[in-house]
Amino acid sequence: MTRITVDKVAVEARAASFTTRSIKQSAKLQGLGMVVAMTDLTTLEGKDSAEKVRALCRKAICPDPALKSVPSVAAICVYPRWVAEAKAQLVGSGVSVASVATAFPSGQVDLKTKLRDVEDAVKAGADEIDMVIHRGAFLSGDYTVVSDEIRATKIACGAAHLKVILETGELETYDNVVVASELAIEAGADFIKTSTGKISPAATMPVTLVMLEVIRRHFLSTGQMIGMKPAGGIQTAKQALHYLVMVKETLGDAWLDPKWFRFGASSLLNDVLLQLHRQETGTYTATYDVTES
Amino acid sequence: MSPSPEVKNPPELEFGNAWEYAAAPESVKVDIADKYGMFINGAFVAPMSRKYMDTINPGNEEVLSKIAVANEDDVERAVAAAKAAFPKWKRLKASERAKYLFRIARRLQERAREFSVLETLDGGKPIKESRDVDIPEAVKHFFYHAGWADKLDYAFPGRKGRPLGVCAQIIPWNFPLLMAAWKIAPALACGNTVVLKPAETTSLTALRLAEIFVEVGLPPGVVNIITGAGDTGAALVAHKDVQKVAFTGSTAVGKAIAQECAGSGKRLTLELGGKSPNIIFEDASLDQAVDGIVQGIFFNQGHVCCAGSRLFVQEGVMQEVLAKLEVRMQSLRVGDPMDKNTDLGAINSLGQLATIKRYLEVGEAEGAQRHQPSVKLPKRGYYLPPTWFTGVQPSHTIAREEIFGPVLSVMSFRTPEEAIARANNTPYGLAAGIWTDKGSKIFDIASRLKAGVVWCNTYNRFDAASPFGGYKQSGFGREGGRQGLLSYLELV
Repeated sequence: MTRITVDKVAVEARAASFTTRSIKQSAKLQGLGMVVAMTDLTTLEGKDSAEKVRALCRKAICPDPALKSVPSVAAICVYPRWVAEAKAQLVGSGVSVASVATAFPSGQVDLKTKLRDVEDAVKAGADEIDMVIHRGAFLSGDYTVVSDEIRATKIACGAAHLKVILETGELETYDNVVVASELAIEAGADFIKTSTGKISPAATMPVTLVMLEVIRRHFLSTGQMIGMKPAGGIQTAKQALHYLVMVKETLGDAWLDPKWFRFGASSLLNDVLLQLHRQETGTYTATYDVTES
Repeated sequence: MSPSPEVKNPPELEFGNAWEYAAAPESVKVDIADKYGMFINGAFVAPMSRKYMDTINPGNEEVLSKIAVANEDDVERAVAAAKAAFPKWKRLKASERAKYLFRIARRLQERAREFSVLETLDGGKPIKESRDVDIPEAVKHFFYHAGWADKLDYAFPGRKGRPLGVCAQIIPWNFPLLMAAWKIAPALACGNTVVLKPAETTSLTALRLAEIFVEVGLPPGVVNIITGAGDTGAALVAHKDVQKVAFTGSTAVGKAIAQECAGSGKRLTLELGGKSPNIIFEDASLDQAVDGIVQGIFFNQGHVCCAGSRLFVQEGVMQEVLAKLEVRMQSLRVGDPMDKNTDLGAINSLGQLATIKRYLEVGEAEGAQRHQPSVKLPKRGYYLPPTWFTGVQPSHTIAREEIFGPVLSVMSFRTPEEAIARANNTPYGLAAGIWTDKGSKIFDIASRLKAGVVWCNTYNRFDAASPFGGYKQSGFGREGGRQGLLSYLELV
C-alpha cells in the first residue's frame, strides 16, 4: 500500500481558493446561522469557575436575546470538573456538554489517569469527550501506542461521542496529519479535531482541508461518516464562512450539519452575532451590544 | 456502549443546494463607448476604411460596442506613426523609458477593477480570473520590464543590445490585456515602437490601455493599436517598414505568417498552439493532482495555449483519479462570468463554441466516452459544460488536435518510459505537467519532456521573470524573463 502524501503548496493554494468565494445576503444569513449552531462554545482556562460556566451556558442556550432567530450553539466545552455544573444548567436545552479529558492539553500522564479523567467526565454527564492523542509516541513512530490509547478511550466514553484532537501544530507536516487522522478514525473516533487551542498554529484552513480529505476517502470506501472540528484561531464570522465553503465543496451537503461539523471557539460567536445584527438592522453594532459569555 | 456508526450505502457525496450561494455579481460599472476608433500617433482616430464591426459579450450575446476595421491605409498610417516615433524613442535615455513603463504599470494597477470588468464583459472569462490573474499579471509584466529598460547592458554579458524598429504584434482573444502586456512591455523596454492588433472579438481592453498611454504621456506613435480581423493582421505583417513580427495564436495562422516573413529580413517569434500532457504518477499527492487537472484544463474555459489537455494517469491509480475528478467537478460552478463565484465562464465566441462541439462529436464517434457534470447553463450566451473523455487512445483526434476549450482527454500509462514517449508523441511542445511526490523522478522526467515549460506538482503558473514559449509546432522564441528580451533586441 502506498502511503497518502499531501503536496503542501497545492493544498494551501486550494484552501486559499475557498476564501475567494463571495457569500452575500441570503447565503450569508443562512451561513451565519449554521456557524452558531455548529459552535462548541468553549472555556478552557485555569481561572474558570462555576459562575463563569453558568454564564457560558446561558449564552449557549440563547446567544443573543435581541436576535430571536438565532439558534442555540451545539455544545459547550469545559474541563471535566465543570461538567456537572454545565449539565445542570443545560438540562432540556438541547445543548450538549463536551469535555476535554485525557489530561488535556498535553496528555502527559499515564493511560490509567487519562481514562480516569474520561470516566469522571462521562459520569458527570458529558455527552462528548474531546481527547488528545499521545503526540510524543506519534512523533517517535509508535503508532500502536497512539492507536491503543484511542481505542481504550473510546471504550471509556461509553455512549459519549469521541472527538480526537490531533494537535496538528505539533505534528508539523500535512503527511503526519493524514497518518494521525487515519489512525484516529481507524481506532473509533466519531470526530477528528485539529487542535487544543493551546498550541500555535491551531486550526488553519489547509490543515482542516487535509483532514476533510481523509474523511472523504474514508466515507467513500466505507460509507461511514466522520465528523470534523477545527478548533482555535477561528475568530471572525468571515473566517468561519470560508470554512463552511470548504466543507460544502469538499464533503457536500451532508456535512453542513452540527452533527458532522463543529467549530471549537470562544470569541467567534460574538463576531457572528455582530454580523447578524448588521444583516438584520443594516447598521454596525458596537461590541458592547452583545453580551460577554 | 457507543452508538453504532452510521453507514451510507452506497457512499455518495451530495453536492446539492443545502446551502446555495446567493448571486454575487461584480457591481462596478464600466463606461463603454458606442464605438471605438483606432489609437494612432497618440490619438483615437476614425478608420479610413469607415468600417466598424460589433464586439459582443459572449456571456449574454449583447452587443457591447463597435470597433474599427482597419484596412491597408489604416495599417500604413499606424506603421508610419511607429516608424516616425522610433528614432527619438530609441535615443531616449533608458531610465526615462523605464519611467514610462512604471507609470503604465501603476496606472493599470489603479484602474485594475475597471479593466477586470471590461475584460470579463468582452471575453467571457470569469471575473474571478480577470481580477486575480489577467490584470495583476499584466501589471507585473510592465513592472518587470520597467526594471530591465536601463539594465539591458547587463542582460547579455559582453554584448550590447540594439532595438529593432517597428514591431508588428498580433495577439489572441484568450488573455487580451495580458497578451498585450506580454508584447508591448518588452518591446518598449528594449527601445522599439509598436503596432499592436488585438483579436477581433476582444479589442476593448487594449483600446482602454491606450487611454493609459495618453494619461502617462507616452510619446505619440510609440504604441499604436489598430483593430480588425485576419485581413488587417495580414496587411500589418506584410508591411515593408515592419522590422519584427510577434504573433500569438493558432498554428495555422502562424505558418502563414512564417511564409509571409520568409526572405523579408523581418524577425519573427511565434507562440502557437499546444496539446500539453499532464502526467500523474501513482506516487503523486492525488487530491492535489486532481486540483491540478482542473487548473490545467478548465482555467479560462480551456482557452489556454498551454492547457493540460492530455491527461496521462498511471494505470494503478486511474480509477481513483477518475473518481476524485468526478467528485471535484461537481463543485465547479459554471455560468455568468460576472458572478464572483463563477469558476467557468462563457466560451469566447459562437465560432469557437461550434468548433469545440464538433470535437465533442468526433470524440464520441471515434469511441471515447464523454463525461460532463450536470450543470444548469444560462439561457443566453455561449456556454459549454466542462467535459472529460475517458477511453481515449493516443491516435484519437481529440488526443492529437488542439481543441482550445474545456475538454480533457484522459489516457493511461504504465511506466515512466511509456509516460515520456506518450507525452512527447505530439506535433506540439508548449508545456507539460508532472505530478509525483518523488523529487528524483521530477528531475528525470522534466529533463526529457520536449516542452517549453514543465510544471512540477502545479500547473498554469506564470511569472514575468520566467520565459515562456514552445518547441516544434508550438512556435519559437520566448516571452518573459531575460530570454524574452532577445526577441526585441539585435545583439552586437
